[in-house]
Amino acid sequence: MKKTVNALGDTCPIPVVKTKNAIRELNGPGCVETLVDNEIAVQNLTKMANQKGYAVHSEKIADDQFKVTMEIGESAGEQPEETPQECLVTEPGHRKNIVVAVTSPTMGTGNDELGAVLMKGFLFALTQQDELPTTILFYNGGATITTEGSASIEDLKSLEALGVEILTCGTCLNYYKLADKLQVGGVTNMYEITERLTGADLVIRP
Amino acid sequence: MDTEKIVFCKGGGCTAKLGAQALNRVLSMLPKGEKDPDLLIGFSSKDDAAVYRLTDDIAFVQTLDFFPPMVKDPYTFGQIAAANALSDIYAMGGTVKTALNIVCFPERWDLNILGEILRGGALKVAEAGASLAGGHSIADADVKYGLSVTGVVHPNHIWANNTGQPGDALILTKALGVGIICTADRVDAAPEGALDAAVRSMTTLNKYAAQCCSHYDIHACTDVTGFSFLGHLHEMMDGRLSCRINADHIPVLPGASQCADEFLLTAAGQRNRNHVGPYVRFENVPFAMEEILFDPQTSGGLLVALEAEKAPLLLEELRQCGLPAQIVGEIGEKADMEITVYSLAQHA
Repeated sequence: MKKTVNALGDTCPIPVVKTKNAIRELNGPGCVETLVDNEIAVQNLTKMANQKGYAVHSEKIADDQFKVTMEIGESAGEQPEETPQECLVTEPGHRKNIVVAVTSPTMGTGNDELGAVLMKGFLFALTQQDELPTTILFYNGGATITTEGSASIEDLKSLEALGVEILTCGTCLNYYKLADKLQVGGVTNMYEITERLTGADLVIRP
Repeated sequence: MDTEKIVFCKGGGCTAKLGAQALNRVLSMLPKGEKDPDLLIGFSSKDDAAVYRLTDDIAFVQTLDFFPPMVKDPYTFGQIAAANALSDIYAMGGTVKTALNIVCFPERWDLNILGEILRGGALKVAEAGASLAGGHSIADADVKYGLSVTGVVHPNHIWANNTGQPGDALILTKALGVGIICTADRVDAAPEGALDAAVRSMTTLNKYAAQCCSHYDIHACTDVTGFSFLGHLHEMMDGRLSCRINADHIPVLPGASQCADEFLLTAAGQRNRNHVGPYVRFENVPFAMEEILFDPQTSGGLLVALEAEKAPLLLEELRQCGLPAQIVGEIGEKADMEITVYSLAQHA
């Protein structure tokens, strides 16, 4: 069974309230799709799904329009399944914890101009993947990609809205004097970077 | 007959503030005038009030705050908005002297509603011992109300928000959770009595907490408002300190955890999480408590740093005033993780 909730134009917590009502009406396993018009609502819905142990997937379907899809299992809404992870679950069961480490403004070695074009293309292509990374880390020269003047800000914002954690190394931002130019995601430190890298099932370094 | 339904409360208070991330970007681009040595506290620290030295003994403290209604009753809203605006003076260690109303109100609405808002505000200004000296009103699509407040403080006894020291204890003077409870109430899902307790908290002036604090050598002070407990704590750490917060000691309003577990969360709370989350590590802290620590507070309490040895004495004074104050953590030297929130309790 599938239900669609229109929460366009609704401010938090209305999208969550409407979605909870739809899940209750399912009265068992099924799927609920919620349409919202802002990224924060996507994040609040994702947070709820993670806590409740529902599989959740979200996508940007137009400018200012997002679709959050939740799969409600047998134990609909009774107890959350073990410890929910801070990541986006695209399908029930195990999902790989993929971490992308962006360490320079360019992709591959050779020509830097070409490398910059490739990096922009890579980050755009990431937005289109079915299986998204949990986290994208930006350090050393990678810090220029989350900051003012980068051509990938919009793509990274889309990824963030889809639940991908975007983190830039604070030491690197300071080193390149970019600390007040961050345009997307949070600032992180070596403790967290190491934790993300060692906790990953797969690390991708473009 | 105009049948347009009057919706007084659409989700307001400090949940209506712009996110810190968006704001910092704009503020950093403002042209900076010549530096005036008598401007003791301005933009550069992230305090909400400005402090300007007039003589060696007197500085004036200036602040302004206003927002849309977060409760359905206009008189209550007026009291809360005023208590919230006055709080910025108390958080600097100042005494309130004068206040001016700032109000936006839809022209076609019943003027009695406006009257009730202003009556609520005037009540709190009087309780503060200040004079309401005028104001401005603007016809607007939605209601907004607040005050511009001026107070005085001794230039050597200003409580900045970023001057805590390693070894200090942190005291919080009001319970958290008003954002979540007002949001739950807006969708008629707040538990019985939760809103009443939140309203009592929001209409309580920080005057009494500040009076207790004035008997001690306060190293740093801020009031906990829209950026949440963790957001304001992050500003207090100033990039040069760290702290450990015991979640088991955080005072929480009745019903707030329940509402958080029902995901009745604000957009502003999530923005706070996005902004401050990278500076915070949670150890064994339940989801509801995380949300409460990111919850935007309207007219929240004072967060005070002082020598740990003196903290129990101040705590006792605050309790005597009827405040639900707690020692919530301690400040340390700069560490890998700026803020660590831990719980020793067993959670199901």
